[in-house]
Amino acid sequence: MARVKFLCDADRCINCNACVTACKNANEVPWGINRRRVVTINDGKPGERSVSMACMHCTDAPCAAVCPVDCFFTTADGVVLHSKDLCIGCGYCFYACPFGAPQYPRVGNFGTRGKMDKCTFCSGGPEGEDGSAAEFAKYGSNRMAEGKLPLCAEMCSTKSLLAGDGEIIAQIYRERVQKRGYGSGAWGWKTAYKETVTV
Amino acid sequence: MLIKRRDALVQRTRLQSVLGDLSSGALDRRAFLRRAGIGAVSLTAVALGAVKKADAAALTPGAAVKRIKAVCTHCSVGCSVIAEVQNDVWVRQEPAFDSPINRGSHCAKGAAVRELVKGSRRLRSPMKLVDGQWQKITWDTALDEIADKLKAIRAKSGPDSVFWLGSAKFSNEGAYLYRKLAAFWGTNSVDHQARICHSTTVAGVANTWGYGAMTNSYNDIRNSKTMVIMGGNPAEAHPVSLQHLLTAKEVNRANMVVIDPRFTRTAAHATDYIRLRPGTDIPVIWGILWHVFENKWEDRDFIKTRVFGMDEVRKEVAKWTPEEVERVSGVPGEQLKRVAQMMAKEKPATLIWCMGATQKTVGTANVRAYCILLLATGNVGGFGNGANIFRGHCNVQGATDAGLDVTSLPYYYGLAEGAWRHWARVWDVAYDDLLARFDSKAMMEANGIQTTRWFDAVLFPKDQVAQRDNFRAMMVFGHGGNTVTRMPEMIKGLEKLDLLVVADPHPTTYAAISERKNGTYLLPVCTQFETSGSRTASNRSIQWAERVVPPIWESRDDYEVMYRLSVRLGFAEQMFKHIKVVNNRPEPEDILREINRGAWSTGYTGQSPERLKAHMEHQDKFDVVTLRAKGGPVDGDYYGLPWPCWGTPEQKHPGTHTLYNTSLHVKDGGGTFRARFGVEYKGETLLAEGSYSLGSEIKDGYPEFTYGVLKKLGWDGDLTAEELAVIQKIGGANPDAVAWSIDLSGGITRVAIKHGCLPYGNAKARANAVNLPDPVPVHREPIYSARPDLVSKYPTLPDYKAFRLANIGGTVQRKAVSDGVAKLFPIILTSGRLVEYEGGGEETRSNPWLAELQQDMFVEINPADALSRGINEGDWVWVNGPESNSKAKVKAKVVERVGKGVAFMPFHFAGWYQGVDQRSKYPKGTDPYVLGESVNTLTTYGYDPVTYMQETKVTLCQIVKA
Repeated sequence: MARVKFLCDADRCINCNACVTACKNANEVPWGINRRRVVTINDGKPGERSVSMACMHCTDAPCAAVCPVDCFFTTADGVVLHSKDLCIGCGYCFYACPFGAPQYPRVGNFGTRGKMDKCTFCSGGPEGEDGSAAEFAKYGSNRMAEGKLPLCAEMCSTKSLLAGDGEIIAQIYRERVQKRGYGSGAWGWKTAYKETVTV
Repeated sequence: MLIKRRDALVQRTRLQSVLGDLSSGALDRRAFLRRAGIGAVSLTAVALGAVKKADAAALTPGAAVKRIKAVCTHCSVGCSVIAEVQNDVWVRQEPAFDSPINRGSHCAKGAAVRELVKGSRRLRSPMKLVDGQWQKITWDTALDEIADKLKAIRAKSGPDSVFWLGSAKFSNEGAYLYRKLAAFWGTNSVDHQARICHSTTVAGVANTWGYGAMTNSYNDIRNSKTMVIMGGNPAEAHPVSLQHLLTAKEVNRANMVVIDPRFTRTAAHATDYIRLRPGTDIPVIWGILWHVFENKWEDRDFIKTRVFGMDEVRKEVAKWTPEEVERVSGVPGEQLKRVAQMMAKEKPATLIWCMGATQKTVGTANVRAYCILLLATGNVGGFGNGANIFRGHCNVQGATDAGLDVTSLPYYYGLAEGAWRHWARVWDVAYDDLLARFDSKAMMEANGIQTTRWFDAVLFPKDQVAQRDNFRAMMVFGHGGNTVTRMPEMIKGLEKLDLLVVADPHPTTYAAISERKNGTYLLPVCTQFETSGSRTASNRSIQWAERVVPPIWESRDDYEVMYRLSVRLGFAEQMFKHIKVVNNRPEPEDILREINRGAWSTGYTGQSPERLKAHMEHQDKFDVVTLRAKGGPVDGDYYGLPWPCWGTPEQKHPGTHTLYNTSLHVKDGGGTFRARFGVEYKGETLLAEGSYSLGSEIKDGYPEFTYGVLKKLGWDGDLTAEELAVIQKIGGANPDAVAWSIDLSGGITRVAIKHGCLPYGNAKARANAVNLPDPVPVHREPIYSARPDLVSKYPTLPDYKAFRLANIGGTVQRKAVSDGVAKLFPIILTSGRLVEYEGGGEETRSNPWLAELQQDMFVEINPADALSRGINEGDWVWVNGPESNSKAKVKAKVVERVGKGVAFMPFHFAGWYQGVDQRSKYPKGTDPYVLGESVNTLTTYGYDPVTYMQETKVTLCQIVKA
């Protein structure tokens, strides 16, 4: 079974924030909650790179590992979701997540943050029928149930943010790098090993 | 662990049922809007992180879903938008993958347009200012009162005392109607945003090769091997265009050169970045050209056959040695040699520019220099090359074409008697009736006053404004109040007006910035998503947008407001003689048909509403690189029938994707440079020599076609009897003089094209434009120059009078030097765009999805300048300007994006003025989420001599910690 993934092609990301507002648009996410954001390094200098970040839907998700109420689960497509009915707002997942994906409606400690919210890969949530009003109110849209991909990737201005079957988007990215004849973005060999490699 | 139940088969069935036509008790629209908006949540609560549960379902299962195709209302790229609508509520926005322009993509603004018709901060009903308090009134009361006041002002001060400010947010039909309204009112003072974005481009480019528009398209850049972006930041201003640029960079391994004072987000993706001192574009271009000429890299054949006056340019360029270029601009010669080599050797090369080039006291000259560089290297009139001018607003090209301009009637006919007679024939009204609407024939043919100077026309003594009286009223349709320089003076002008009417989805800065107490009306006009009409993207493609939902709250569309106003002003019957009006709303289709009947000069004649709608329906047939359709009812057409689209709709001309492209037959969108400036200058021919478009029966240059020219060629026999009758009727005693552009039968155009010729002639492009103040561009220091030592060698033009008002730039510059302004204000201030906001920003700052991303007005300051002033990232600072003791309180963004001695501020903010929050002055519930200081509080005097474009890109400032 395919695992869905996001991949942000940092050679193409221009920090236009379309993914951020598309997410707001698709899911009616309120002010202050950012399921997706664009991070820029070396802002304003040569070497400036931007990359769009959200829940990466990890294979072995740290959030799930630390959750005291075991509210996380992985769908058959490989999407990491959680149940807001079970969530106690403890915030452990926020500390566990390497990407800063979990969001909380309130500021505070010890269960006063409210129910955690994060990117669902536009897959809704466990309660309510797929695409129902109840599901939407709690988790946002369920595009996957309609055979569509997350709106952030579908609307990306430069086709930088890719979403879909991990194998397929990896192939697309590989072809792009070969065609370009240069680097694999902000991460990869150059960043990790401080050396240039020809791909 | 929970496992989610999922079954592909079931899902597909559910999708079908969602999209199926089933009845249900869905939410009514008002209830939906009340529940969906976050308008009720106060900002304080928001700041604390409070979250209101999103309680509106994106889709109501079971209710019928309509999919409607519209066009994004922000920038000029022209991205298609797909709206899913249930019960007249726009419930979901989907990617428009079929559009060849955006292929499903959007930027932050485009991906958030659905919020515009939720309208949490929209103006809900007409409002009137009574003793400083906003009062709700009805449409009828508002329009009655406005019309009565206008008529009273007209009776006392004449028609020229009213300034009609239109909008690049109008559809083509709206823009055309507004120009027509001003004509019937009897003034030429009708303007719009093009004045302050690309008026200098239009003037510079049209004076070079004929038409003031982007020569190629965003898509065509995919063919480029070298892209030079100078004075533009498309990654923020036109993000979706980067899709095409990056493809060229990746697939063609194209050079991507960014020349800009800021290391922009576009520069982050460039192969080469060149930093120049703001305001030294001409030295840099001449510096590039110096290397081209020095190394004999110019395209000699192209220059010989298609360019006039290059020798004059050589003389000027010779002065710009690498040493002088570096002294003036700061750019090392070797860097420019590299660019010269790329443009000349790695072809096709395109030059892309935006407001960094245009918003200058030397805007027109800048643009001309850019064009000359393209001409010298033979980079115009082909695929992958050309002047790719990225226009600003969604319909700024179309509104410019439709004549929202103080110097022309619709479609560039000018203001001479012949132009008035042409449009009188199209409108089927007597020329004398139009003449009677004006103060005099001289005023009817005199250029009007621009939006950059309207407040001078209010404030100056009467004898310094060359018309009967000062401006006493201003009608603003769809235009921000923070868009002009010298805001402290603008505000004084605003306060002196007898009548101010703002027709806009939002109250705009005009509503809050001044201390007006009375005589102010706000009219809620809906967005283009709540009406229908066509808009012209930057690449001249015309797209028809359908109405997504009916106008929300009490708003009405532009057409209806203009019609109801014209009824009250007493000329509706004449103005709408051949335009169908249903329930007070003129039909945009019918307006477009009238445009089709009259706009021969620009080739707006073939784009009937039916053809445009077919293009939107069959978007999937168009190729992403060539924009040409394969198959279907639109087979062979270029997407959006980019103008010129010659002849009548029935003649099925495909439109012109790349202008002046001689490798194509005119019937396939080929072209030549336009013969617009006569046939010779001082004995030297202005017509092309040995160059002609494919299939032309005249194998050389030729002038524009008239009936007389047809007779000389012996082609007059090809005219039908009906066509000839029309020509003879128009020509009267002298039918030979009837030109293709005023031939309402279209016969002359048809016959010219039949013989493979362009109706507008085949000329040379003019490197030396003899009618301009600087026929060959010369460097002139900005009015407020950071290099006063250079002013004596490169001074601005002396004072002079044009457009009914004097331009005293020369005096201001001299005074700035003698007062030592550059010492007191040592930092160069430039302004520009952010991706999240658009224009004056009222609409986008009222959109919570966007406003959340940029919550503070800021100034970018180099770390060295910040350190010497004790300023840290995020500190409040005062930015002081050199005029009117202006100051602005903003946050500091300490970043190397700007060079040492340069500061940058975005221009989208308003609602704060010199440190004071004006939120309470907006009508209740209509204040944008985010307010901030306007950069134009600080920007200063300085106007381009050709168009009176304002100087927003180079002034001086001082920054101190607050």
